[in-house]
Amino acid sequence: MKFGILVNEGPFTHQASDTAYQFAKAALEKGHDVPRVFFYYDGVNNANKYSAPQADDRNLVKLWGALAAEKNVDLVVCVAAGMRRGIQNESLAPGFRISGLGQLVEAGMGCDRLMMFGD
Amino acid sequence: MLHTVNKSPFERNSLDTCLRLAKKGSAILLIEDGVIAAVKGTVQSAKIEGAVGNHAVYVLGPDLKARAFSEDQVISGVKVVDYAGFVDLAEEHGTHNAWL
Amino acid sequence: MAEFEFETEGVKKTFTFMNRKAPYGTIYALEVLETVLISAAFEQHANIIFVDDGVYQIKAGQDTTAINMKNFSPTYGIIEMEKEDADEDDDIDMVWRIIVEKESLDARGLTEDDFKVSVEVLSAAEIADIVDASDCVISG
Repeated sequence: MKFGILVNEGPFTHQASDTAYQFAKAALEKGHDVPRVFFYYDGVNNANKYSAPQADDRNLVKLWGALAAEKNVDLVVCVAAGMRRGIQNESLAPGFRISGLGQLVEAGMGCDRLMMFGD
Repeated sequence: MLHTVNKSPFERNSLDTCLRLAKKGSAILLIEDGVIAAVKGTVQSAKIEGAVGNHAVYVLGPDLKARAFSEDQVISGVKVVDYAGFVDLAEEHGTHNAWL
Repeated sequence: MAEFEFETEGVKKTFTFMNRKAPYGTIYALEVLETVLISAAFEQHANIIFVDDGVYQIKAGQDTTAINMKNFSPTYGIIEMEKEDADEDDDIDMVWRIIVEKESLDARGLTEDDFKVSVEVLSAAEIADIVDASDCVISG
């Protein structure tokens, strides 16, 4: 089954991105596809390569990036939401790309499920 | 339909609205701070105790554990699942509706 | 970077946009609106639903001058126009509904005359059926 995932919060203030990541990982482990994760609202902050959490904490920017590299997950950051929050190509962590909100609608159209994580 | 609720019933009305707008027979999974609604013996417990008759109700175990709740504190009729179980619920129950 | 191409040709789904938050205190209302408008470009069916404090999003008479924020409530008028165009034009295969939950209205002492767009006022039970039948739910 194809799961599209929408992440609407950043990596620290809310648990949403953690839950989304755990869901995506579990889905992939069960043999499902996660073709795309779309980052919207403050969720765009998950793509900020300058994010530097303390060493004993998880680093969601890197965890998402690893999922993209290992499992071919398309990590898309909303251009308009990103611009508002200073996320541009120069600040983008490996594995992420910037595109339009249409990519969220397409994920909804093309996946069997659109899972939403926010606050 | 799979409803998820991620807010404590002490903090917001997300669970109330979910219960008002969830069709009978649809599944409800409590996640993140939403797991607080699944705990016995609080002034909010009646909400989920009432819901188990109309819905399949689940609670995310990792979120319970993180908040120092054990499975025997969970309201009877509520099933504890892990992330893999969350994925199964999403597969079985169709469209996801996140009550935030 | 694994840019994925979805096969969306001829795909017609029903999106539900569940608006539950008051405007201005948080950005959620505004960014859901942007998604609603984009979905029109893909000619997808949409239920645009206002429940809880979300009903305040479409209240007439919003004036944000003194808080120095953009008043985005005119955008709901654009959504209403998109809906009317889709209703009237046989070539557009898109059904949009703008729905307000009666229970949320009553709880807040509002009536549909308070709104800047025309809405269907439906009960929680009626909305439950509509949402249950949709393919994707995006809430804010």
